[in-house]
Amino acid sequence: MTAAKAPPADAPPPVPSAPAVPPVRTAPARRRLTPYWLLLPGVLWLLVFFALPMVYQASTSVQTGSLEEGYTVTWHFAVYGDALAEYWPHFVRSVLYAGTATALCLLLGYPLAYLIAFRAGRWRALLLVLVIAPFFTSFLIRTLAWKTILADGGPLVEILRTVGLLEVTALLGMTEGDRVLATPLAVVTGLTYNFLPFMILPLYTSLERIDPRLHEAAGDLYARPFTAFRQVTLPLSMPGVVSGTLLTFIPASGDYVNAELLGSTDTKMVGNVIQSQFLRVLDYPTAAALSFLLMAIVLIMVTVYIRRAGTEDLL
Amino acid sequence: MAPIAWLRRHTVVVAGLLTLAYLLLPNLVVLVFSFNAPAGKFNYSWREFSTAAWRDPCGVPDLCGSLALSLQIAFWATAGATVLGVMIAFALVRYRFRGRGAVNSLIFLPMAMPEVVMAASLLTLFLNLGAELGFPTVLIAHTMFCLSFVVVAVKARVLSMDPRLEEAARDLYAGPVQTFLRVTLPIAAPGIAAGALLAFSLSFDDFIITNFTSGTAVTFPMFVWGSAQRGTPVQINVIGTAMFVLAVLTVVLGQLVAGRRRNHTPS
Repeated sequence: MTAAKAPPADAPPPVPSAPAVPPVRTAPARRRLTPYWLLLPGVLWLLVFFALPMVYQASTSVQTGSLEEGYTVTWHFAVYGDALAEYWPHFVRSVLYAGTATALCLLLGYPLAYLIAFRAGRWRALLLVLVIAPFFTSFLIRTLAWKTILADGGPLVEILRTVGLLEVTALLGMTEGDRVLATPLAVVTGLTYNFLPFMILPLYTSLERIDPRLHEAAGDLYARPFTAFRQVTLPLSMPGVVSGTLLTFIPASGDYVNAELLGSTDTKMVGNVIQSQFLRVLDYPTAAALSFLLMAIVLIMVTVYIRRAGTEDLL
Repeated sequence: MAPIAWLRRHTVVVAGLLTLAYLLLPNLVVLVFSFNAPAGKFNYSWREFSTAAWRDPCGVPDLCGSLALSLQIAFWATAGATVLGVMIAFALVRYRFRGRGAVNSLIFLPMAMPEVVMAASLLTLFLNLGAELGFPTVLIAHTMFCLSFVVVAVKARVLSMDPRLEEAARDLYAGPVQTFLRVTLPIAAPGIAAGALLAFSLSFDDFIITNFTSGTAVTFPMFVWGSAQRGTPVQINVIGTAMFVLAVLTVVLGQLVAGRRRNHTPS
């Protein structure tokens, strides 16, 4: 959650409370080297265990061979075409499920963040604790709990059926018959649930900074409450919306836990394929190619999104 | 007041509380089902009340061993990531040097990457080097992904520090080491603590990267994952609930103590 709060504090515009750092000392060579000594171990760690693996992954994807005889780099680029041809539905599902979950997180998370920021009064600290409290129980256990909540014929599913909501979701292709478990709806429910706090916390941080008098001023100028919200509060909270959607979409797009535990074979996402190709099928080139493609897709989408949202300084 | 008018006035409150219910419902289910006596191997539907699992939380083979392994990994990964992260954070905030932008990107990228991509690429590295998967590879991976989060947390705190405090210490003839230990470190401590706590919880609860790099080592999340296939013992819910209660108590107590201290020291 600190990660969620940190980007704004990270932003280039100078922090008003901190006076300009004036290290105008005639620096001997030893001093000029100090930052590099400080950086060396950590940066080396990241280079060897984050950057270098990317190179190995790219190289693995264009190797051919077998487990018994070993692999050699043969620049077999066709693996990318083959992987896409075979697994494009999984890519589509990943983007679709993660996108839907992100939209739902925004829809559900905004009112709660708003409530905590402006309406909670002395309950604010307690509500914030309750938002992060689920983290204290292992997320796998909590995801398994959804198996109970969404069980066939369970109270929640019965309510949804009686209200007629299941017919609507069936029309959208999200459910089938009277079931929720093992449908796309279950996977999206799990994804939304798992990443909701990552949406709420940055939303809260940016809402909390807004001076409530701005909203009042809009009212004084005869804006109706909703207009005041749309024209004043919402634009001012955009940094939170942008970092919240990123913090939700990126992990959701690579997730395979929810699809595995709550879905069926028809709801597998690209993460599931990468996992099973690497750990069960042991087809390393295909798995590496899929992982590389996922990385490319996410990076491109994120870059385009940040450009359009116009908040590059946010990161 | 008519109910509809009331609802219109309090839309935000009602919607917000519904979201909160959605967030907390699974924890409630985990708690209730920790008192279940399931009929089969899976603890998904209610049969009857029982405290058997609470009386014997380690009664399932390997469960408490996996918990101990997770704690061990989280401890060492936190220690490593905190030391490396604090050094990077100070270098980034306190010095102007060539290559800052590159270092910043290197810190940021692991947080902007789907976990499965990092996990898969690390596995290709270990496979190509012929490294045996187990405790050391998990520790390497956890230290790597926790590092960025520590840097971000510590950086935010160091940025808001007044450098004049350290200058004052130097003016009062404190050496560089003394200044660092008696002035800089205590002020940066909350940021370091926040970063370390975050690293610990991220490492303790990590599944995806562990899934790829653990080989035959079984951490607690790996145990839960395996049990989802083989049968879920009630003890999992006991441990989940106990962790939840402990953590909430710690937070609430911490808030109370902090609040009391604030009331006692007039500022």
